[in-house]
Amino acid sequence: MRKMLMLAAALMIGGLTWSVPGIADVMSLRGDKALDAKATAPDRRRQVTDDEGFKRDWKEQPPLIPHKIDKDQVTLDVNTCMRCHGPDTYKEENAPKVADSHFIAADGTKMETLNMRRYFCSQCHVPQLDAKPLVDNTFKSN
Amino acid sequence: MAKSPNENQKPGFFRRLWRGFTTPSARYSSGALLVVGVFAGVIFWGGFNWAMEATNTEAFCISCHEMRDNVYEEYTETIHYNNRTGVRAVCADCHVPKEWIHKVVRKIRATNELYHHFMGSIDTKEKFNAKRLELAELVWASMKATDSRECRNCHDFESMDLEKQETRSADRHEEGFDDGKTCIDCHKGIAHKLPKGAYDEKEKAETGVQVPQSAKETAKAMQAYLKKDGQ
Repeated sequence: MRKMLMLAAALMIGGLTWSVPGIADVMSLRGDKALDAKATAPDRRRQVTDDEGFKRDWKEQPPLIPHKIDKDQVTLDVNTCMRCHGPDTYKEENAPKVADSHFIAADGTKMETLNMRRYFCSQCHVPQLDAKPLVDNTFKSN
Repeated sequence: MAKSPNENQKPGFFRRLWRGFTTPSARYSSGALLVVGVFAGVIFWGGFNWAMEATNTEAFCISCHEMRDNVYEEYTETIHYNNRTGVRAVCADCHVPKEWIHKVVRKIRATNELYHHFMGSIDTKEKFNAKRLELAELVWASMKATDSRECRNCHDFESMDLEKQETRSADRHEEGFDDGKTCIDCHKGIAHKLPKGAYDEKEKAETGVQVPQSAKETAKAMQAYLKKDGQ
């Protein structure tokens, strides 16, 4: 019995050490770099803005943000996006109105305030950088 | 003439001081007194201004944890701390007037802040957040009252080239100038986090925070005054 255990342990340790080169074969997002070496810095990118706004690539796409949002705050206390895009202010501010679907609760009833599931705007609506896609894709917009 | 009863008594301390102050000096020359006076004046006046400027430094402001842990920390993530050109605005650039007389008034008012520091009015995050809307309203009211004077020390309408701005910003700026708006009307919360109810009147009512009426009324009166003055 004791011999068997020893053998099992030896096999396990052997197996572990043997599989270590296998780990290095996997290319991680940070590239083929030793863990203690500095990762290559990504290329510098600028944000792309557009006065007219970006066109949607497919019908259900959340509209992209064509302006800077560095100074906007979406916190527990305030959501400054709604200063312009809110239903009470969008006309005066000449901004696209937040969709009515954002005021519908999970059970389908209409809400007075923005549904909290939709509160964090930049979860779906994002600004754009002048970056090329990391991988090719064959998507065609409709 | 009858002798007054205390003729032979030594005059009081203040009387002697006054006499010494008003009688001409018999020992020192006028020239020496003038030179010493001028030098002493320079040192005292310089020292006074130096001390006042010392209270305008960022290091002084964040020597209190109320400032360091709340408003300062938030400000380090904003454009007035960290930006493209590396030009910075420190606390006093926005919160202390540059003109001497307004600066002194602000410094005297700041003694109230010292009082509340020692009373511990906002010595925890919770206390600070509960007071935040009220404090912010006070700052906004005073900025509105002065037509955003401290902003304009750097951001001058006259020197602002709208052609170089994004179309979106340029359009809104032009509108704002035409409507006689001042910076703080739109640019609230640019250096600090906004409190609940900053824009929403309904939410403001829900928080139950009483915005000091006096500050609001002062702001209104100042605004009317500035308009009348043709500004």
